Amino acid sequence: MTRPRGPGRLFAAAPLLLLGGCDALRLGFLNAAGPVAGGERHLFIIVSIVMIFVAGPVLLLTPIIAWYYRLSNKNSDYRPEWEFSWPLEGLIWIPPAGIVIGLAFLLWTYTHRYDPYTPIRSTLPAIEVQAVGLDWKWLFIYPDRGIATVNQLVIPVGQPVHLSLTSGTVMQSMLVPQLAGQIYAMAGMTTQLNLAADWPGTFIGENTQFNGMGFQQQKFAVVAIPADNYTRWLERVRQSAQPLDAAAYAQLFEKSAPASPIFYSSVPPGLFQNILAQSRAGTPQVTQ
Amino acid sequence: MSQGIWPAVLGRFDWTALPFVLAWDNPTASEIIGAGAASVVVIGAVVAVVLITWLGKWKYLWSEWLTSLDHKKIGVMYIVLAFVMLSRALIEAVLMRMQQADAINSSGFIAPDHFSQLFSTHGSIMIFFMAMPFLTGVINYVTPLQIGARDVAFPLLNSVSLWLTGGAAGLMMVSLVVGRFSTGGWSGYPPYTELAFSPDVGPDYWIWAVTLGSIGSTLTGLNFAVTIYKMRAPGMHLMRMTLFVWTALCTSILMIFAMPPLTVATALLALDRYLGFHFFTSDLGGNMMNYANLFWLFGHPEVYILILPAFGVYSEVVSTFSSKELYGYTSLTIATMAIAVLSFTVWVHHFFTMGQSADINAVFGIATMTIGVPTGVKIYDWIWTMFRGRVRFTVPMLYSLAFMMTFVIGGVTGIMLAMPPLDFLVHNTLFLVAHFHNMLIPGLLYGMLAGYHYWFPKALGFRLSEKWGRIAFGCWVIGFYLAFMPLYVLGAAGMARRTQEVFEPAFRPWLYIAGLGALVLLAALAALFVQLWLSIREREANRVTAGDPWDGRGLEWSISAPPPEYNYAVIPQVHGRDPFYAGKRKGEFYAPAAHYHDITMPKNSMTGPVIGFVGAAAAFGLVWHIWWLVILGVLAIVGTVIARSFARDVHRTIPAAEVAWTDMMWLQAVADATPIPRQIETTSANQGLAEIAT
Repeated sequence: MTRPRGPGRLFAAAPLLLLGGCDALRLGFLNAAGPVAGGERHLFIIVSIVMIFVAGPVLLLTPIIAWYYRLSNKNSDYRPEWEFSWPLEGLIWIPPAGIVIGLAFLLWTYTHRYDPYTPIRSTLPAIEVQAVGLDWKWLFIYPDRGIATVNQLVIPVGQPVHLSLTSGTVMQSMLVPQLAGQIYAMAGMTTQLNLAADWPGTFIGENTQFNGMGFQQQKFAVVAIPADNYTRWLERVRQSAQPLDAAAYAQLFEKSAPASPIFYSSVPPGLFQNILAQSRAGTPQVTQ
Repeated sequence: MSQGIWPAVLGRFDWTALPFVLAWDNPTASEIIGAGAASVVVIGAVVAVVLITWLGKWKYLWSEWLTSLDHKKIGVMYIVLAFVMLSRALIEAVLMRMQQADAINSSGFIAPDHFSQLFSTHGSIMIFFMAMPFLTGVINYVTPLQIGARDVAFPLLNSVSLWLTGGAAGLMMVSLVVGRFSTGGWSGYPPYTELAFSPDVGPDYWIWAVTLGSIGSTLTGLNFAVTIYKMRAPGMHLMRMTLFVWTALCTSILMIFAMPPLTVATALLALDRYLGFHFFTSDLGGNMMNYANLFWLFGHPEVYILILPAFGVYSEVVSTFSSKELYGYTSLTIATMAIAVLSFTVWVHHFFTMGQSADINAVFGIATMTIGVPTGVKIYDWIWTMFRGRVRFTVPMLYSLAFMMTFVIGGVTGIMLAMPPLDFLVHNTLFLVAHFHNMLIPGLLYGMLAGYHYWFPKALGFRLSEKWGRIAFGCWVIGFYLAFMPLYVLGAAGMARRTQEVFEPAFRPWLYIAGLGALVLLAALAALFVQLWLSIREREANRVTAGDPWDGRGLEWSISAPPPEYNYAVIPQVHGRDPFYAGKRKGEFYAPAAHYHDITMPKNSMTGPVIGFVGAAAAFGLVWHIWWLVILGVLAIVGTVIARSFARDVHRTIPAAEVAWTDMMWLQAVADATPIPRQIETTSANQGLAEIAT
């Protein structure tokens, strides 16, 4: 087989480029891996189908009518003073209003069902995780297990996770596209996010709210593993003998993006509440 | 410079605030680009000054343009400002697209610090110093002509508005040369923009530029609302006004009510930064959520401030170039008003992700979708206007058609984003960036460009090159699709906006396509400048002095092109909608008046330029903590206003004989012109007189 040359080569490369392009969507909610993102994807598909009927007529009628009634077409009707028709008026007000009313019911239902604060229905209890947005990293505290991690959120497959979020610095927003929509994390305040993974895998999480020069590096991995592996992982971290002590804590609040995840074998109790209280009181904690 | 007298004189200025010094010390690509941009500003300013001096045009510029209170000249100056700022902000956009295409698992050629200034200035300029001046310019030029008035209600205030906007835009340009701009984006969200996190001058430049601009816009809104309510020609009932005037009225009302929350938000942020208040800080009772609410209480109506005038332009253009009455005038006015009112009820959709209850999100989501109904109605009204018409595919009409088809795609993604669960997924990603560009490029830029091509012959007296207009149009449309459709894909794949470096090789093809699109958009802008240059060169062949190149419908086409300073030798009497289109078919126009009277017009005033200049100087002083300059600037503003209030000789009377002579000259030109059919309106045969089909 001879390799195509010149422009032919470009044509041969085009489908490859497009295939590579669809690769990108694997990382997003269209490749949902959990019940929340899955439900939101479902809504996306419904809305997309409805929208075909909204945009379709405009996309068809605009060019057809403009071309048919062009100046050079001698056969088209010309009624320069025709400017109103009740039936047409009904046609352009009533169906769009009807569609919006229909979508409103859909919106109401889905907004409540997939509100970030709505717990995920499951026979298993939700795992509590506290997330703190820092410059430019995420601290995840497992309060019930007494451990913490930076830039890696390990969760068991199939079990709901309930995140409480705050920020140790400016406003941030946590998004794991394949698992759930985002929520802001704001200093001195707590927001909540529920998510779960349906199958094992590593999913990219990120901060989407610009917060300074290391913003683009503020990514983390959500690692979903089977339940027994999760228990073993907890044990391993607990035995790693790297506590989140005062020195480690001070380091966390420095402006930096760690190259790899960090695991802390123990955390001081009430750390999350302390960070909240410090933010409200204005205790200096951010190094300039 | 930390000792002696210098801090008192220069505030916190330091030599390292100059990008040239930074580039000398640290010659990386990023710093050299920064210094290069600063050089362009400096060299551009020097070349402009030298050129004007060499041509001996200072006096002309000062007395004919800068101090003019003529709404037409003020309108043209606004549009010139818009084009200058569009050029800068578009180049910035291209730089960002090139950086993202280059920075896939590499740091690229623009450092994070410069990249974040780029997206902050790009957004701030495009909204406040490109879109706002452009639409304000078009409203300025067209509104008094269409309602049959000689000027706006408050001509001096109009000049002050222009110069406050100009001063603010100047401050944006100065930030390129002295110091740095904010890195907090066009919305300037605290606490990031608070002193604790951004102690540099950047957010201060942003605060004062936006504050000056927003005061200018509030004054413009007041001026045009009063103009439209009080200055209409006899017989010009509200329901006989053109759709453009309706949209100008709605935009003015929105400006009056929506700009103050922005001014308040930036002022409170300034109090935080200058006097240690805690409105939006994280600590001591401050709360940034208040800022988000105030900002978007302005920000959402702002979207309609930007889009409604474009809707007005499309209504004029589609009707004129279909040779047909506008379909559903009443329903279009109702839809316009409905949009204006509803625009105040949806601001929370900019932060569905802030943690409020599902009930609140759902209510605001439904309100957001509701706006889709009147907007959809408008699109269909334009389609039914073409229906049974005779459509001519001139440049403004091409923009209108491209708008209808592109805007509806933005509407679709807008409905998606109105759904809180979907917003959670793509908020703050490139999907959102794609959506609002998909609304604002067709919904604002195409509209303003359509208006520019449509009214240019009226304003300057000659047509723009049709060929280069089509080339520019093609580039704007192709460039838009190439640049922004990939961003939908990237956003759906989770790529956050404002990202200086990309770590996903899978994003590469989409970033390349988007980068190519940005270059095509730059070519579109270049084509517009080529078009302007060629059209000026060939102006004698394309004159339309008789004033009606498109067989127009509104009163503005019933006078010469360009119009005399006083617009109408005799204020017209209006008998219906489309008064000129109907009237010229009954032979009511192109006749000398029975009596001409003296016309009193406002004299030029230097109040506007002075207030704009010292306002910008005071703002510069505030940015750099140069307190003597702030005090002098504020005193100068107050002093100027007081001095002006003592001026008694502020009017100039144009004698009836001169008015009559000018009118006769024009009527002679009309008599000499050959009426032309619509088929050849884009050729040199078009002298501005339409053949009346029988």
